[in-house]
Amino acid sequence: MNEVPWWSSETLWRKTAIWVTAFMAVVLIVLTFDTVRQITAGGERVPAYNVINQKIFYEVNSDRGYQVPRIGETSALFGNELNEADAEALVTLGKLTVQAKNCMNCHTLLGNGAYYAPDLTKAWLDPGWVNEDLREQLMVQFLMDPENNARTFGTGRRMPNLGITEKEAHGIVAFLKWMSSIDTNGFPRGFKPLEQEDGA
Amino acid sequence: MSTSTVNVPVASPLTAGQRIAMHYFIAAMVLFLAQILFGMISGLQYLMPDVFYNQLDFNVTRMVHINAMIVWLLFGFIGSVYWLVEDEAKTELVGAKLALINFWILTTAVAVVVVVYLFVQVGPGELKSIWLINEGREYIEAPRWADIGIVVCVLVFFYNIAATFMKGTWSGISGVLVLDLVALAGIYCAGMYFTPNISVDQHWWWWVIHLWVEATWEVLVGCIMAWGLIQTLGASRKVVTTWLYIEVALMFGSGILGLGHHYFWIGTPEYWLSIGGFFSALEPIPLVAMVVHAVYDSGRHGFKSANHPALAWLIAHAFGNFFGAGVWGFMHTLPQINLYTHGTQWTASHGHLAFFGAYATINIAMIYIALQRVRGNVWMSGGLSDNGWKWKWSLGLLNGGVVGMTVALLIAGYDQSFVERALEGSTWSGYFQAQQSAWFMQAMNWRMVFGCMTTVGILLMFWDMLTIGTSETRGKQALAPLPE
Repeated sequence: MNEVPWWSSETLWRKTAIWVTAFMAVVLIVLTFDTVRQITAGGERVPAYNVINQKIFYEVNSDRGYQVPRIGETSALFGNELNEADAEALVTLGKLTVQAKNCMNCHTLLGNGAYYAPDLTKAWLDPGWVNEDLREQLMVQFLMDPENNARTFGTGRRMPNLGITEKEAHGIVAFLKWMSSIDTNGFPRGFKPLEQEDGA
Repeated sequence: MSTSTVNVPVASPLTAGQRIAMHYFIAAMVLFLAQILFGMISGLQYLMPDVFYNQLDFNVTRMVHINAMIVWLLFGFIGSVYWLVEDEAKTELVGAKLALINFWILTTAVAVVVVVYLFVQVGPGELKSIWLINEGREYIEAPRWADIGIVVCVLVFFYNIAATFMKGTWSGISGVLVLDLVALAGIYCAGMYFTPNISVDQHWWWWVIHLWVEATWEVLVGCIMAWGLIQTLGASRKVVTTWLYIEVALMFGSGILGLGHHYFWIGTPEYWLSIGGFFSALEPIPLVAMVVHAVYDSGRHGFKSANHPALAWLIAHAFGNFFGAGVWGFMHTLPQINLYTHGTQWTASHGHLAFFGAYATINIAMIYIALQRVRGNVWMSGGLSDNGWKWKWSLGLLNGGVVGMTVALLIAGYDQSFVERALEGSTWSGYFQAQQSAWFMQAMNWRMVFGCMTTVGILLMFWDMLTIGTSETRGKQALAPLPE
């Protein structure tokens, strides 16, 4: 009467817990090696940092059924074509500034962060920058003096003054341009990018 | 049938581990208050964006809101483990003095980090800002020096717990607990480096966030729940331990690869859409098991327990975990839906109910278990002198408040997904259009109302915690264990 059926025995479930956990951990580790390989800058899905020397488009790929970034003709950022090392240094400065200014606790990046301000994944391609000739200048002005260049769209939600220097602002713009070239499997869906001249 | 007797209270001094636990519980409650205070300010800033503009901006208030939460939950877990370790190991804590020093170092470090968050806020775009001010990475904003300190303190804590079990006796609960603590400490290290590559950054960042809150934390609270059910209901250790193993198998079986639901849109390969979607859809299953477990055990005892407030919070935990982490997570975990909901107030809705339901509740339950002992093993079952109105109302206000905020944020999330994502193509103007829509604004107002309700609930709960059992003359209700 008091005999425990095999399917509810403590030993069976202890062994099951150990084996299931170990198996899943091994699968995760194997997939992690492949994933990290694919997302390393210069890899299949995340372009090298010197992509900031080129135009970036976001277009529907008919094979995959959603928008993906397309790298276009040369279009140096701030008029300076940079080698890979200098491009990486500029993007690194931008990323460091984005972290040091705690951007992620208002904005989302790749959709992660806080929801008080717009997503930055495709900020470089946003039509709010009017046109591609004004974009770089408007972005730098906004970052350095957000109070007087507020882009609140009537909400009254202004970005605070974070003491961003011109050099840091250039870094942030480079980082945002590079981030917009990442293949995000169609996120954000149905994005309407800034119109850009396509010399391709 | 369970039997119950009414005794006079038999007070016994707290053990060394329990005294350490009380330090952690008190600090946890102070941080809980800070979480709510800064949450209220953040909520207000949605309605009145000029509040503290350029002084205490949203990025600071929200960071303190979520960091206070993470730290108070961790303090609650550490306190809970210190509370149960000697009972479970059947021996004294090996390093009581070390544990106390460790507590003060950790608490001082947390205080310094918060002061820097509030008064320095941001730094120049240099590595030293990340080392000294904040890392700017959601949930794990603590500067690098504090990261290293946290790991050292957790290792000291781990040593104390593992060594105590080694000196005393091992059990199913302690075995799972110790192995889980190794994973918990190890995984934190994945979040401790800088890279300019945002995809690589977020890939490892999710190892910390997901593998903590959707795997190792869940197993940790499973251990605390198992011990809590034995304490409050006199549940059979054998049954509870078997359930714990089942939960570990289901939790790690679904949760480890469930990590993939964070890898849909951050640059990671397409195969994560299938793997993440499938395994994260399974994640609610162990949480269902947990509800069955708690309700079945309580029902079997005719809802008689040695500690009514604690049992009520354990049941709130079982349901909160299932709805908050399970149902609210599942609602937007499939990639077809997540494509539109990712990065919207849907996530905030899920976050509020999940963190509260899964983790805040069980820490509160443990504090009530501790208070019973602190007040001298007094009666805390039904028929308290004031009918227990304070704990009952605070339970209702807190749960009602959080559920209200969750529903309000969900409505805001629906609105945002529809207007910003589906209609306006996720542009900045689309984002702001959604933020100004009538339904979104109404939802944000309701969130504030329910935030106030939650705050009242917390204050009432603190009052109850300070007074419950202080004038009680009856001893703790004794529960005979049920037959196997």
